[in-house]
Amino acid sequence: MLKIENLQVEIDGQEIVKGLNLEIGEGEIHAIMGPNGSGKSTLANVLMGHPRYEVTDGAITFRGEDVFELEPDQRAKLGMFLAFQYPSEVPGVSVANFLRTAVNSVREEELSPMDMYRLIQEKMKIMQMDPKFAERYLNEGFSGGEKKRNEILQMLMLEPKLAIMDETDSGLDIDALQVVSKGVNELRGPEFSAVIITHYQRILRYIEPDHVHVMLDGRLVTSGGKDLALELEDKGYEWVRQEFGASAQS
Amino acid sequence: MPEDRTIQELGLDEYKFGFHDPEEYFFKTPRKGIDPEIVAMISKHKNEPEWMLEFRLKALESFFEKPTPQWGGDLSEMNFDEIYYYIRPMENQGRTWNDVPEDIKNTFEKLGIPQAERESLAGVGAQYESEVVYHSLKEEWEKSGVIFMDMDGGLREHEDIVKEYFGTIIPPDDNKFAALNSAVWSGGSFVYVPPGVHIDIPLQAYFRINAENMGQFERTLIIADEGSYVHYIEGCTAPTYTSNSLHSAVVELIAKPGARIRYSTIQNWSHNTYNLVTKRGAAYKNATIEWVDGNLGSKLTMKYPAVYLLGEGARGEILSVAYAGDGQHQDAGGKVVHAAPNTSSLITSKSISRGTGRSTYRGLLKVHEGAVNSKSRVECDALLLDENARTDTYPYIEIEEKKVNTEHEATVSKVGEDQLFYLMSRGLSEEEAMAMVVNGFIEPIAKELPLEYAIELNRLIQLEMEGSVG
Repeated sequence: MLKIENLQVEIDGQEIVKGLNLEIGEGEIHAIMGPNGSGKSTLANVLMGHPRYEVTDGAITFRGEDVFELEPDQRAKLGMFLAFQYPSEVPGVSVANFLRTAVNSVREEELSPMDMYRLIQEKMKIMQMDPKFAERYLNEGFSGGEKKRNEILQMLMLEPKLAIMDETDSGLDIDALQVVSKGVNELRGPEFSAVIITHYQRILRYIEPDHVHVMLDGRLVTSGGKDLALELEDKGYEWVRQEFGASAQS
Repeated sequence: MPEDRTIQELGLDEYKFGFHDPEEYFFKTPRKGIDPEIVAMISKHKNEPEWMLEFRLKALESFFEKPTPQWGGDLSEMNFDEIYYYIRPMENQGRTWNDVPEDIKNTFEKLGIPQAERESLAGVGAQYESEVVYHSLKEEWEKSGVIFMDMDGGLREHEDIVKEYFGTIIPPDDNKFAALNSAVWSGGSFVYVPPGVHIDIPLQAYFRINAENMGQFERTLIIADEGSYVHYIEGCTAPTYTSNSLHSAVVELIAKPGARIRYSTIQNWSHNTYNLVTKRGAAYKNATIEWVDGNLGSKLTMKYPAVYLLGEGARGEILSVAYAGDGQHQDAGGKVVHAAPNTSSLITSKSISRGTGRSTYRGLLKVHEGAVNSKSRVECDALLLDENARTDTYPYIEIEEKKVNTEHEATVSKVGEDQLFYLMSRGLSEEEAMAMVVNGFIEPIAKELPLEYAIELNRLIQLEMEGSVG
């Protein structure tokens, strides 16, 4: 589904991702854990095609297609989705209007207004959102939890084949975390893959990963099953640094 | 041309409404330029009373005396001698749709106006060249004494009312362009709403310039008598020509005690039109005047709708939105004068600049001594779509009274890389993402317009933006 080979990324001349390899199969959920500044968010943005990052080497293929030449909207149409850590505010554009436009952009055929209405209602119910929420302006004045729920709502509406979640769990209280996790588990199946980028092990209690990777200084330094996340929580990132720091710097 | 063809199919890239009908005119001044002889010819042609001829000639003197404004936009390429000042397209004003000539109907068809309007809207006055060709008014309004007709007809049939109010809010010597309009005005609307009458459906007029090098000088006068309400909507779109056109209108509003007038405009002039308009309203005790003003297209627009709050408790509101594309300058804003106690006002201005476009907010807030407990708020927001675009703010504030509350807030924002990336990551192309940000930005104005006009405003901005990205 997704294959990343020797990915190297710079921003403003500074190397952030330094040769990263990762392969994600259909239906797999991968967690990428790592301390602040390890390059996790950069990876998320590069996968979706943020124009500010410069890919200096390596390759990313998604469902057999080289995505480097593709604009973010083309990647979305292929089935990629990024749940943002800091979603932008778009004043004057209602959530409902935005969802309608987005869904019709990625679909081959437009949904009828009635079907669209029903779909929005259905997905908002899953996310335990007040119907009035749809009339609010996109992310404007949203609390941190509302922004994250809204990201997952968009994911449910767009039904991507691969979702990249950039610290979706950060700043969420336990109730919001459960709702967000429920949203992700809703899509879980043989045709849905996800990359969960997180600092903490907490979210992985609700969304059980198939694979866990640890990122340090722009590389994945170790990988394992869900137990690795528990070990990490127990021993802390200092342990990772001591154990794998040397290989990351070499 | 088959009836179901759309504007998009016509394949006009630069200016989407750039089609024009073959010019067939009933009357046209014999030469370009302006002098007392031309003015007298216009007045005679219209069979006007003597006082109007004198009004026009006096205004012409003011026009000659007054210098061209040196502030605001660049008027150095404006040549007053290269313009036809009066053209009349057909013999009689159409009363029903069937009376309107076929080519004129075609123009309306291309604009997508009549189908929607005929069905859902009761009163339509459309100015084609210098005369109103199509005018209808719902019967019940006529029964309740409402007058809605073109200004020439108003002068013929209601001379007493016109004589009492015409030029009282904007005197001919107010400024050079008001003087020019006063000398050569033709068409526009005349509205009178009797005391206590509320008109629920907006009165609408659609203006359009068709002849090359022809100035359009419509003149509108709206009088809302005590406790009445009217919403008047004007929309303009002009076709494209290579030489410069001039549009210089004058609009006067009078809201008597307790009355409310809302005046909404969407103007979309072709990119070589000078759009120099004077709009002013007087609000008496507890009256309200609201201007909703959308400016698209034109080479240069200079327009600052004004409200004079003359009676206690009067209220004024100005909502203005401007879009300046490549090579365009939108110099717009609003003026409010508080001349009585307990008056309140709100100016909201939003501008969008793209490419080499430039938008200027120019506003005046004046509070006279004695206008105690007056409240005013000015908010101007500018959105820049790229690095070269430019915006300036000139908020003039003159306050002579201590017991007042005034606020001023200005913001400038750019469509950010992160914002576009966010929208594009959801499947929107860069162009669609940009359009969404822009439509959101003008939403506070669009929601003040009736639905079909809000849609048109969004559509016009989208047309202007097409092909502007990437």
